[in-house]
Amino acid sequence: MDKNANTSTHNSLETKERLKIKKHDMQCQPPEERRHNFKEVPYGYSPEEAVEEAKRCIQCKRPYCVEGCPVNIDIPAFVKLIEEGDFLGAAKKIKETNSLPAICGRVCPQEDQCEKVCTIGKRKDTPSVAIGNLERFVADYESKYGDIHIETKKGKGKKVAVVGGGPAGLTVAGDLCKMGYSVSIFEALHEIGGVLMYGIPEFRLPKEILLRELKVLEDMGVEIFTNEVIGKTITVDELLNERGYSAVFIGTGAGTPKFLNIPGEELNGVYSANEFLTRVNLMRAYNKSEYDTPIKCGKTLVVFGAGNTAMDAVRTGLRLGYDDARIFYRRSRKEMTARLEEVHHAEEEGVKFEFLINPIRFIGDENHNVTAVECERMELGEPDESGRRRPIPIKGSEFITPIDAAVIAIGTNVNPIVPSSTPGMNLNKWGYIIADENTGKTTKKGVFAGGDIVTGAATVILAMGAGKKAAVAIDKYLETGIW
Amino acid sequence: MYEIVGKKNLGEGINLYIISAPDIALKALPGQFIILRVNKNGERIPITIANSDKNDKTVTILVQTLGKTTHLLSELNVGDSLADVVGPLGVPTEIEKFGTVVCVGGGFGIAAIYPIAKALKSAGNNVISIIGARSKELLLMENEMRSASSEILVATNDGSYGTKGIVTDVLRELIYDKKIQIDRVIAIGPVIMMKAVSDLTRENSIKTMVSLNPIMIDGTGMCGACRVLVDKKTKFACVDGPDFDGHLVDFDNLMNRLKFYKEEEKASYECHMKQHHKA
Repeated sequence: MDKNANTSTHNSLETKERLKIKKHDMQCQPPEERRHNFKEVPYGYSPEEAVEEAKRCIQCKRPYCVEGCPVNIDIPAFVKLIEEGDFLGAAKKIKETNSLPAICGRVCPQEDQCEKVCTIGKRKDTPSVAIGNLERFVADYESKYGDIHIETKKGKGKKVAVVGGGPAGLTVAGDLCKMGYSVSIFEALHEIGGVLMYGIPEFRLPKEILLRELKVLEDMGVEIFTNEVIGKTITVDELLNERGYSAVFIGTGAGTPKFLNIPGEELNGVYSANEFLTRVNLMRAYNKSEYDTPIKCGKTLVVFGAGNTAMDAVRTGLRLGYDDARIFYRRSRKEMTARLEEVHHAEEEGVKFEFLINPIRFIGDENHNVTAVECERMELGEPDESGRRRPIPIKGSEFITPIDAAVIAIGTNVNPIVPSSTPGMNLNKWGYIIADENTGKTTKKGVFAGGDIVTGAATVILAMGAGKKAAVAIDKYLETGIW
Repeated sequence: MYEIVGKKNLGEGINLYIISAPDIALKALPGQFIILRVNKNGERIPITIANSDKNDKTVTILVQTLGKTTHLLSELNVGDSLADVVGPLGVPTEIEKFGTVVCVGGGFGIAAIYPIAKALKSAGNNVISIIGARSKELLLMENEMRSASSEILVATNDGSYGTKGIVTDVLRELIYDKKIQIDRVIAIGPVIMMKAVSDLTRENSIKTMVSLNPIMIDGTGMCGACRVLVDKKTKFACVDGPDFDGHLVDFDNLMNRLKFYKEEEKASYECHMKQHHKA
């Protein structure tokens, strides 16, 4: 049957038996409860559930899952350790390649990566092994019971500056530190973490977990400077020439939010997703009694867009107290870019999805507050350059929806601060940094870049993947001196 | 971390703070701002840098007590520290030899225009400064402005000092009565003042730059809260500004957007003051 099954090293259970085990879903907070709080949605596996799920892995001779992982975690090896009950060993195994497993276990789109190519998932009746859930389980287990200590080599005697404390920067920092470099992270905000801190909500990635992973980095010896805007406070050239850094990695992330460019968008109550989420996440506006940054709440919230950020925003809206939180998307359900799990969670919580709707203008009152949005209905035409069918307006289909707030979650443009202050570093026509896909090398000697500042808005794990490759390339550059 | 090394009360709830911030002091240029948080649960507020000293490694800011955050700040003294100070943010003001430049500073805006006037004068411009306040006692930084300008003109609403009226009246006189050839105007102050100045100079096609102060959160081009309409296009005051061509700015939109959280700000201040007085 499954030729890929590696029976020789994995003989305690027959493959046939493994395939009979049902997939274990994580228990979740009930939707009607969780839509009113910011606590994490899934509870995570119990040790028993984790072992049972791990048994479903058939230990393929050619593990496609490893190839599907942007940072190439040795997935069969850590899953096997879980099956054997060696949870701390499993955590250690993951950390050989990934410094932030508790985060990846939560926010990676596994269904498009490791789990997409899982051998048993390709069969008709057996869903993929829940690799993400298992990763999350071991990371959380380790934090509770383990003595997290990551070995670092000593004595490279060279300093590397990492610009931006988001997923790309954290990965570069962790990896280089392990190799024995002195690493400093320069973060523009008052808290490190980048999108993990300001963008991804508490109910999807509790700050406590993020802080725990960050502490591991600090314990390894990574130096963290907050409130340092590279390009303003210090320039990249100064890091290289005056501050003694031998190489610089730029991972400054997403830039200025895109807007719809329709009338009324400047009205109060029309937010960019970044603003809406930053107020709630980084500034903790949801906790009014303790934090000073304000946020408003009303009855109806409409979020435009259908990516992960849109899901985060609309579900945040529910939790802030909006009774009616909706997604308006100009394409159809099929074209949504958000993770299925997020869409599913949002629907369970009562978010309404409306498709093939395009906003035309926002309408406000005498106080300049948004009160309604006018939209038109769309139909799908021929595929466009993205390969998705292009939505076309239906004449005479305009309608007005009363709203109290709108969030625009349609992506970002480049942040100009580092690109415009770093001479000799070439940019593409959109202003993103040109960097080699395999090494992160920019056109400026000693400067590497990765993550959204190179690719435009993408995912946490892709940024981490870029960070991983850059760390290897930085090491090679600093060892050989060859650019 | 960011220690207050000097503080001076300038009356009417306005305080001057000198803050130790070595990296920022080394880099700050006229027209730039900082964002600060008073404490770990506080909001991020943008404040224009009024002065920076590379030797002392300090930046000077003027802050008027208007709400909870500024009240918390007003309670700090020399030796206390701010939780966070980040900067210098924004694009510096364009400083060149333009010829005759009129620097219009209204009320609180005088603090922001001072480093600009100083730099323009050093660049060889004939700097005429018009500064205004409600009354003589409320006029800020007169001596500093005097030294940063070739000529200084004052307007007070109550006529207690200089011309009775507003700064725009004085500027109108310069343009229409004294017929002075003005190459550029820089106006910083209340939005309504910057609007009035821009309307006046538009008639005469005198290039006018204003410094905008919308609500900000990160101040580094990420959140988009500070968006303003300039020439009907969305611009971000934190990374595209804060300086913009006054003839192209939609000031009404800015005024409306500044009002958005007024209720919350008021409630937060009242709640804070109640607790404050209890304690």
